[in-house]
Amino acid sequence: MTNTIGDIEDADVILVTGSNTTENHPVLSRHIKRAVSFKGAKLILVDPRRIKLARFAHLWLRQNLGTDVVWINGMMRVIISEDLYDQSFVETRTEGFDEMKKMVEKFTPEFVEEITGIPAADLVAAARLYAGAGAASILYCMGITQHSHGTDNVKSLANLAMLCGHMGIPGGGVNPLRGQNNVQGACDMGGLPNVYSGYQAVSDLAIAKKMEEAWGVTDLPTQPGLTVTQMVPKAHEGEFKALYIIGENPLVSDPDLNHAEQSLKHLDFLVVQDIFLTETAELADVVLPAKSFAEKDGTFSNTERRVQRIRKAVDPPGQAKDDWEILCEVATRMGFEMHYEDSEAIFNELARVTPSYAGISYERIEQDGLHWPCPTPGHPGTPILHREQFTRGKGLFHAIDYIPPAEQTDDDYPLYLTTGRVLYHYHTGTMTMKTDGLNERVPECFVEISPKDAALYELENGERVEIASRRGKIQARIQVSDKAVSGTVFIPFHFAGAAANRLTNAQLDPVSKIPEYKVCAVRLSRAA
Amino acid sequence: MAAEQRMVINGNDFSFTPGETILDVARRRDIDIPTLCHLKDAVPTGACRICVVDVQGARNLLPACVTPAAENMIVLTESPAVVRARRLILQLLLSSGNHNCAVRGSDGQDWTSFQLAVRSDDGSGELCPVWGDCRLQGLAYRYQVTGERFSATETAYPMETVNPFIVRDFSRCIQCGRCVQACNEIQVNNAIHVGYRGAKAKIIAAGDRPLKDSDCVFCGECVQACPVGALVEKDARYKVRPWTAQKVRTTCSYCGVGCQMYLHVQDEKVVKVSGVEDRTPNFGSLCVKGRFGFDFIHAPQRLTVPLIKENGQFREAQWEEALDLVAQRLGSIKQSHGPDAIGVLTSARITNEENYIANKFARAVLKTNNIDHCARL
Ligand code: SF4
Ligand code: SF4
Ligand code: SF4
Ligand code: FES
Repeated sequence: MTNTIGDIEDADVILVTGSNTTENHPVLSRHIKRAVSFKGAKLILVDPRRIKLARFAHLWLRQNLGTDVVWINGMMRVIISEDLYDQSFVETRTEGFDEMKKMVEKFTPEFVEEITGIPAADLVAAARLYAGAGAASILYCMGITQHSHGTDNVKSLANLAMLCGHMGIPGGGVNPLRGQNNVQGACDMGGLPNVYSGYQAVSDLAIAKKMEEAWGVTDLPTQPGLTVTQMVPKAHEGEFKALYIIGENPLVSDPDLNHAEQSLKHLDFLVVQDIFLTETAELADVVLPAKSFAEKDGTFSNTERRVQRIRKAVDPPGQAKDDWEILCEVATRMGFEMHYEDSEAIFNELARVTPSYAGISYERIEQDGLHWPCPTPGHPGTPILHREQFTRGKGLFHAIDYIPPAEQTDDDYPLYLTTGRVLYHYHTGTMTMKTDGLNERVPECFVEISPKDAALYELENGERVEIASRRGKIQARIQVSDKAVSGTVFIPFHFAGAAANRLTNAQLDPVSKIPEYKVCAVRLSRAA
Repeated sequence: MAAEQRMVINGNDFSFTPGETILDVARRRDIDIPTLCHLKDAVPTGACRICVVDVQGARNLLPACVTPAAENMIVLTESPAVVRARRLILQLLLSSGNHNCAVRGSDGQDWTSFQLAVRSDDGSGELCPVWGDCRLQGLAYRYQVTGERFSATETAYPMETVNPFIVRDFSRCIQCGRCVQACNEIQVNNAIHVGYRGAKAKIIAAGDRPLKDSDCVFCGECVQACPVGALVEKDARYKVRPWTAQKVRTTCSYCGVGCQMYLHVQDEKVVKVSGVEDRTPNFGSLCVKGRFGFDFIHAPQRLTVPLIKENGQFREAQWEEALDLVAQRLGSIKQSHGPDAIGVLTSARITNEENYIANKFARAVLKTNNIDHCARL
């Protein structure tokens, strides 16, 4: 997030899109609801499903799946043609305005209505509301990123915020909500193929040199590596031989699961280090037992870039070890001595080589966490990014055209499928499904369908159906709900037994390599 | 900024900014005015009146949580009149409902029959489930009162136990309304409100339905807000006592909000979770996963020893053997196919320290940049 969680209550207008916030980030959603209910803020919700936030929305736009670039460009066109944009911000802090302006020209409200299904008048109203706010915050999540053109969607939202000058101010910003607890930290710490910790490029020779000195090695690789979504097909082709998986369960979360499963089976050697014998671990050659968060010390970085402590509360079961300790043991056995006293010693080392964490220490975050960048021990942290300037200097507008989702419906697969999460479960369910109460609330997979579609396909609430896409099929119970929009069904992806990702499309966004979980074509039929 | 103004509390001169209540000023200076209904970040209701103070020149005692501080105001927080009023409020509260902690009576006259009645309501022979962690009990000690001054009133509503997470014990409810504010003003779930009037008053979900059939999302904000034993976590009820459990502060391991929480540990097990109040980013709030979804920690399915697959079957192994095998296999694949034939998937679930080590392991040890995590997924 460019801004903080608490900051949401300072916004005059909040635009939420592609985030079912009350279910996926419940405690953050309270700030949205408080801002709207008690502080006079207005909520613009752009989401096809009737999620709970719709009750709080002043304007609710239900776009067709995969048409986000269109409505965002459309809003910008309204804002530019009515002269509602922040001219001084655009002039002093951005570049690329003219190209962007030319691009959005064709996105008239009528054109937008035709493609997105959003009534022209609503689009214009949303544009005016957003542009007219003193401070407006944009919040988004996987509903924006998990598309074959997710990067375009994200850039478009940044365009919109820059156009109106809603950046670098309290109550403003473009705020991606991180799904898992330490996604932010995994990225910050170099869990990415192209950067070391602190987003220092592996291809930058000066950085490579610095890391070589810090780590006492030579010949660090300078070619960016493969993303997970590239590793899987390579494993299938046989080029890729071994994978070391830590605390992840791609066999439920991967797109086009049937293919992923085949690929992992092709590996010569698979190590899985986890707290449970997950579906992925079942395929491993060696499984190593790790500690859970309650058994270890360390830090997590939350979605607002706040680095916070976790502390050991109980002993681990059996012989489970810290993930870092296991890695150090393997490294040492491979001839690279790695030893640390404790997690704090590791933190001190990473702070030395990571400029954005350099000023943070366990002592400083004993009570409240600190927001990176925090370059020096006296620095107060950075709750709001881009106050004076953007990371690259001037903010760059991107001229982005609309490209339809990779898969369209047709006679064989007449319905769109979108996947997501529910409040009571988490990711692939390995943790939440150990709590009976949570299972009692949501015991099994379901497919949510609008009353109209249910009637059309003659399906009853509670009935078991088979859902098939071009890649696979699963069974689930029908849940007729006015949350669903006609023409689209929704399935939560938590359940391994009826893994929605047997259906989804592995088509990747060309830049972020994120798969298109949010749109694919399916058909429903009564289960045999 | 508005000019600073001054007032006197218990003979001490304090400055304040207009808009602050008497309670705000007192709390800032560590003067302890008791409260029951007052809830931070919600609009004060003045419902319980336990916070009354003596304001010079005022005709009645005034509730500190709703009365604005005023220039030259002179306040006494524990005058005889204040103490009398608080004792009376406490006596009334204690006399209605199953407040069977030891404060009810000192002469023991009807203690036994009362305890027996409560025992049958509770289905437990133990004293109140929040004994030692109850504001009402604390205040009863502080002001040395019992529930015997007034004859006991009947409890109108039976306990609700039909949902998996929260027990609603109406017999111990003091109608302070904090749960309603927590639900509507802090979490804005709008699931509960005050239903019925007067002596029949009850906190209800829409249509007086059980929570499980209402808009309730089991965030447990109301449980944490309840000052007494009327709302208690089902699994912790009677099992977790403040004097046997240790609290360890940590960060929630589910979503990216990063809520600060206490793990309550008893007999080496996490038995309850509560939110850390007054601290960013969540100020005490949690959601159902964070508050109630901790069973996985001690689940019997946890991995406890390394496993090695042989002929398609796992067998248990010693660490030494498993680590040697991993190092040897990775080493030989690196040798024969090059470092880029190997990849590491690190995790959004493990710590920063561990991700850093994974990054160092891939790059410095394996010598590949093939490292990623599943956040794209
Ligand atoms: S658990 Fe949460 S939603 Fe349910 S009544 Fe309590 S505060 Fe409201
Ligand atoms: S349930 Fe608890 S918080 Fe709610 S009114 Fe009763 S005593 Fe107060
Ligand atoms: S308590 Fe809920 S909202 Fe808070 S971090 Fe955990 S999962 Fe997220
Ligand atoms: S705390 Fe002030 S009236 Fe209840």
